[in-house]
Amino acid sequence: MTDPAVQLEGVSFDYPRGPRALDGVDLQVASGELVAIVGQNGSGKSTLVRHLNGLLRPTAGSVTINGRRVGRRHVAELAREVGLAFQNPDRQIFAGKVRAEVAFGPRNLGRRGAELDAVVERALAIVGLTGDEDTNPYDLGFSRRKLLALASILAMETPIVILDEPTTGQDARGISRVQKIVADLSAAGLTVIAISHDMRFVAESFQRVVVMRAGRIVLDGPPQAVFAEESWPTLASTYLEPPLAARVGARLGLGLATPTEAALVSAIAAQATVR
Amino acid sequence: MSLQMRGATYAYAGTKAIVLAGVDLDVEPGRVVAVVGPNESGKSTLCLVAAGLAPAAIGGRLSGSVVLDGQETATLKPHEAAQRCGILFQNPATQLSGTSVTVWEELAFGPRNLGLSIEEVAERVEAAMATLQIGSLAERDPHRLSGGQAQLVALASVVAHRPTMLVLDEPTSQLDPAGTRLVGDALARLAESGTAVLLVEHKTGLVERVADQVVLLVGGRVETVGPAATVLADPRLDEFGVDPPPSARITRALAAAGHADRLAGIDLGALEAEPIAAVGPGGGG
Repeated sequence: MTDPAVQLEGVSFDYPRGPRALDGVDLQVASGELVAIVGQNGSGKSTLVRHLNGLLRPTAGSVTINGRRVGRRHVAELAREVGLAFQNPDRQIFAGKVRAEVAFGPRNLGRRGAELDAVVERALAIVGLTGDEDTNPYDLGFSRRKLLALASILAMETPIVILDEPTTGQDARGISRVQKIVADLSAAGLTVIAISHDMRFVAESFQRVVVMRAGRIVLDGPPQAVFAEESWPTLASTYLEPPLAARVGARLGLGLATPTEAALVSAIAAQATVR
Repeated sequence: MSLQMRGATYAYAGTKAIVLAGVDLDVEPGRVVAVVGPNESGKSTLCLVAAGLAPAAIGGRLSGSVVLDGQETATLKPHEAAQRCGILFQNPATQLSGTSVTVWEELAFGPRNLGLSIEEVAERVEAAMATLQIGSLAERDPHRLSGGQAQLVALASVVAHRPTMLVLDEPTSQLDPAGTRLVGDALARLAESGTAVLLVEHKTGLVERVADQVVLLVGGRVETVGPAATVLADPRLDEFGVDPPPSARITRALAAAGHADRLAGIDLGALEAEPIAAVGPGGGG
């Protein structure tokens, strides 16, 4: 039996001069799982994922990545296992050219020459920035800087990929692109964990949804369960709402949760056939 | 008229690329005009030009006319533009003054710079915090907030300035659904009190709820402009990379499957606008 990709046991974290951001979190993510983390602003989502690559160390409890305790392991070593794309790309971008920005991570992991060029090209192709190799990152609009930050993480080819709000600032095509990237990474066997406020994206693209409130996990299950009517009061208590498709399904009394538009249409079609 | 743009054409300093090409736009006091469009269509640039920061603060070449509160922005100094128009940048980190130790002080920064009495400053700060329901953050360090909290604080700091015109570049991009609803309510209230609002927003569900007029910007040009309901129902939105509002998507998906009749008697817009009931923080988990 393989070790879980991520295991958190009783993890608490207090920011200096700040509130308790995590309060006894237990979470296990199997290798290859596709997990969304949702919750109100300030509920601890970004704090949680920053424990997975060692940027933050728990005040109490333990974090284990691929079977090895994070403990005092160095951030540079964890970077081989966990790639984290920040919510704000400007906290991540620093190079003068797109190519150099994307090459930075894999170069630090020891890639050189043709091998390095290949991973950079591949990552840029995945996010749709081929042709912008010589562009200054700050000449890109926010949405493309966000995709650049994502490419920099993909180029490190880590088995665990964490995306903090990947659809922020993206238009419809950008969201579709992010959805395809997530699906492709998952199909390739990677463990993908994303934080998002975009409930439609979460319902359509993820197998498991973890809901946080005030530093704790309050719901954990597939979208069909987390967005089902009986979960709504809990969602509302952490300032979330189910996608409109789920609300329409409930209003129509379809008897099963319809978190996506596709699920709504097929549930209505199935009901029509029965009649 | 709070903002009147006629044939506004703009290129950033040191580049030849025309980012806005002949844009006509009017925003009247008390109205919310939303701008939708694909990535890189010029929306953020439109914000900078509308607020008078381009070219006054960041250079570049502007032709055509941009009139803010009766005065051409080309003749305004940055601080004069700032007194007429408040702008919220896409990235809240860009907004922070960098001088404040608490959120309260951060919100007081703008009003203080207007030379107001301390009582007036305090009144404005408290009102802005109430509008965006961030009272609990008053004593927090503004540099140690979550992305969404920072976005609400940044918006509150612009609101505390009480400009007659607000330009907002994706104010809800990092907000949870309730935060987005809160910003929608706040914008509606500000407009009711006479503030003119120019809102760039990808969330067309929010646009549907708060905007009077919607401008579809594509490749730096106004592709179409009209009442929110008309523009948001334009079947070309998809084609231009703009997500239609959830209500329109569901209506179309069911119509395409031949089940449009199942939505009879359901007002999807109203359903979406209606909050779901919450349990207290102790329950439900």
